[in-house]
Amino acid sequence: CPFPQAIVWDEYLTGPFGLIAQYSLLKEHEVEKMFTLKPGRLPQADVKNIIFFVRPKLELMDVITDNVLREDRGRSPQRDFHILFVPRRSLLCEQWLKEQGVLGSFIHREQYSLDLIPFDGDLLSMESESAFKECYLESDQTSLYHAAKGLMTLQALYGTIPQIFGKGECARHVANMMIRMKREFPGSQNSIFPVFDTLLLLDRNIDLLTPLATQLTYEGLIDEIYGIQNTYVKLPPEKFAPKKQGEGGKDLPTEPKKLQLNSAEELYAEIRDKNFNAVGSVLSKKAKIISAAFEERHHAKTVGEIKQFVSQLPHMQAARSSLANHTSIAELIKDITTSEDFFDNLTVEQEFMSGIDTDKVNNYIEDCIAQKHPLIKILRLVCLQSVCNSGLKQKVLDHYKREILQTYGYEHILTLNNLEKAGLLKPQTSGRNNYPTIRKTLRLWMDDVNEQNPNDISYVYSGYAPLSIRLAQLLARPGWRSIEEVLKMLPGPHFEERQQLPTGLQKKRQHGENRVTLVFFLGGVTYAEIAALRFLSQMEDGGTEYVIATTKLINGTSWIKSLMEKLEPAPF
Amino acid sequence: LKESKRAVNSLRDIVDDDDDDLERVSWSGEPVGSISWSIKETASSSTSSLEGRDSSLQKGSSSYAAFPKQVSSYSLSSLFKGRNKLPSFQSLSDALSDTGVKNYAPELRRPKAEYKDYSSDWSPKDTVRRMQRGKVCSLERFRSLQDKLVLLDEAVAGHDGNVITAVLIFLKRTLRREILFRELEVRQVALCHLIHFLKETGEQKLLLDLLRFLDRTEEVALSQYREHLNIQDVEKRREFLKGCIGLPFSAEDTSHIQDHYTLLERQIIIEANDRHLETAGQSEIFRKYPRKASILNMPLVTTLFYSCFYHYTEAEGTFSSPTNLKKTFKIPDKQYVLTALAARAKLRAWDDVDALFTTKNWLGYTKKKAPIGFHRVVEILQRNNAPVQVLQEYVRLVEDVETRLNLATKYKCHDVVIETYRDLKDRIQLTAYKCKVERGSAEEEKINSILNN
Repeated sequence: CPFPQAIVWDEYLTGPFGLIAQYSLLKEHEVEKMFTLKPGRLPQADVKNIIFFVRPKLELMDVITDNVLREDRGRSPQRDFHILFVPRRSLLCEQWLKEQGVLGSFIHREQYSLDLIPFDGDLLSMESESAFKECYLESDQTSLYHAAKGLMTLQALYGTIPQIFGKGECARHVANMMIRMKREFPGSQNSIFPVFDTLLLLDRNIDLLTPLATQLTYEGLIDEIYGIQNTYVKLPPEKFAPKKQGEGGKDLPTEPKKLQLNSAEELYAEIRDKNFNAVGSVLSKKAKIISAAFEERHHAKTVGEIKQFVSQLPHMQAARSSLANHTSIAELIKDITTSEDFFDNLTVEQEFMSGIDTDKVNNYIEDCIAQKHPLIKILRLVCLQSVCNSGLKQKVLDHYKREILQTYGYEHILTLNNLEKAGLLKPQTSGRNNYPTIRKTLRLWMDDVNEQNPNDISYVYSGYAPLSIRLAQLLARPGWRSIEEVLKMLPGPHFEERQQLPTGLQKKRQHGENRVTLVFFLGGVTYAEIAALRFLSQMEDGGTEYVIATTKLINGTSWIKSLMEKLEPAPF
Repeated sequence: LKESKRAVNSLRDIVDDDDDDLERVSWSGEPVGSISWSIKETASSSTSSLEGRDSSLQKGSSSYAAFPKQVSSYSLSSLFKGRNKLPSFQSLSDALSDTGVKNYAPELRRPKAEYKDYSSDWSPKDTVRRMQRGKVCSLERFRSLQDKLVLLDEAVAGHDGNVITAVLIFLKRTLRREILFRELEVRQVALCHLIHFLKETGEQKLLLDLLRFLDRTEEVALSQYREHLNIQDVEKRREFLKGCIGLPFSAEDTSHIQDHYTLLERQIIIEANDRHLETAGQSEIFRKYPRKASILNMPLVTTLFYSCFYHYTEAEGTFSSPTNLKKTFKIPDKQYVLTALAARAKLRAWDDVDALFTTKNWLGYTKKKAPIGFHRVVEILQRNNAPVQVLQEYVRLVEDVETRLNLATKYKCHDVVIETYRDLKDRIQLTAYKCKVERGSAEEEKINSILNN
């Protein structure tokens, strides 16, 4: 091949790209080598073209500049550089490269518009980690523009969505952009029969509470404890040591065990959205079934029966290893959920969410600060208290601030300021606490929660029903008109738009056929919220199925982290 | 859980552990052939071994289908088949192989389509639209202020931050500062983008000018304060923080910034002093417990801990004494006691611990008091491996009977347990506790004598 290529990857991108392409595919396109982007000289490789796959971030541009400047000019043949921005070409970055004097080294500068990446059969994410920060802290609406573009692509493939509902400032923007884009490209009117009946756009900042609480579904807990990245999770290896005979634990793996988690795995699909307390019984039931299946071999008498048994073996073995993995994961999680600190933390969260003692300094939080628990944990709790009290009393807020700064360092004043700007941590200004009204009207706190056989979405947080999902649920039935008062208490406008369909494409619903709603979370969504929507999809008399899209899959920790001021100067 | 674990383990014996064929996953869990797996692979191996891999990749192609089964009856996976990623990859590599050709014929270097952008006369609207599609456009022909502002407004209406920023870069270069600021003041969205972009690129001076122009004094202050993070040299950092004190922060923040400066000033003095002490080797405490890190830039509570550890007995007049720190920074009693307790317990200085909770009233009687509650004291002491004799003294002081019993049982403070049951006149529990103490020990005797009375 005359022009072999090498790709230099921004490491963050390998995850999302891994979900849509394999190396073999790239290899068909003459990609010979792949490297991770890091400062210094690029590795040797006998290739003609070097392509950088990067996000448009200035700090990455500095690394690239370093790579290019250190390239050996004398080598022959000379290597050509190209840059591919994901998801968008950035003129700011190009300007930056120009100022460093390396822009001319790039023969091609292109973009690869990767707007929405499929994560599962019913889940799409833009994996834009800073979307919330950009929208609510920096008033940069670029990610909303991408969201609107992604929605246009989705409509081009699955038909125009006739109804759009939304709540929040950003939701309004996205809807406006969609309408505008449609007007500007009249050719985009397609003749595809619409798959989705409704689009629901929700701002993250109408429900700041939900991500702060600890998720209690199986998948949610895996994410809270180990962090799921692009459907993969890295786990401590000890519990996964191979127990084969003759190996007697001689080489215990030290590298973390990496597992992919999605609904392709039958067992995982069944347990991922359950409350963790209901997972154990499913696992033991599964274990019995598999044991019984393996026992069958003793009853296989004829050759035909044996053959049938053997043909089922691969499936059974897969089920067995899946069961082994999830049993190990469940054990790991159980160690944590049964710890005293987890219990204390959860108790305080639940007190706040049910409206107990939200207006005074909390003892447990003070204790955690005194023992120097991780700062993010403290911030999550304090923010949760603030949100559940529509802002803290000035005296309480000042007290927390002082304790945090004295214990963790004064420079965190910048982070506290960001949280304040985002509305997560603030003084109570109006003098009135709206949260109790919202909680009662939307039934956010349910005292009798059934974790084993849930009858309400509140099972995902063992009592708290995520506000965002309640809004989706109430929209489907009986409609938002019934909760006008509460909607007004939440920030931003709520609205409804209709997109005209050509007469031939209007849906004639069969009796009993479900409506399909696409819920787009602007600023991120948690696994527990996804679980709650899936629960609603599966309700017998629900009448609505949900497909979920988001700017980023988040949990309280990753979310707060994205809002924290970077205190370390960049390493290069 | 235990049940399923047992089942899994028992199954291991039944099945030949030959599932390697099933899981085409390397130990780190990356499916063989995935991108991140290959990065490691190609970075380390030569081409020849890659060819070897190839055959295994083909075999593994059955696991290629990365698409999961749907949960709902709707399947996005089937829907997504229409959305093939291949074409764009195709065009990318096409484009790249093209470049090879172009490289040999440099005069063709700029593709025609791109060239056209420079010559034709796009309206502001079209320009913005082209830029949104990632095309390069020349903005130079927008000369008048009027034109430039129309261009900016169009960009803002498009909501694409990339384009807005590009136009702002152009305006920043071609407009006088006062005019730029004035026009942005009435264009909030564009203004936010400029502020964000100045922060990103570190154009601190222009940023501060802009914020001052807008009268956003608190932001000016915070933004200036943020700068200290980039100053590595402590002396310079201290000087810089000193300059921050007068900045227009909110009242509450001002006191924090003042404290930050004072703290660093203290740390510099303490550090110089202690480094000297340590190298001289005269001070026993530094010889016995060499410092693990410098105290510079540590939080206040950490500094207090340090001073309780190394400088506990110093008079209030010295900068490094704990009481001086407590006074200067108005550290609350609770915080102070917790920190001092942890430091002294770590040194196993039980007398100091005792003194920490002893108060004398005016008649000269001593009394034990703890602002943090004695159960917390016990926990901290226990974490520092305090001996039972010390521990039980504080367990005894826990007021709540139930907590006291729990702690005493947990940490085997037999005397306390026995005395508590005695006071409660609980014969049954006391009898039951007999089996928890050693046979023939003093404790057992004590129980017996109480029971006999």
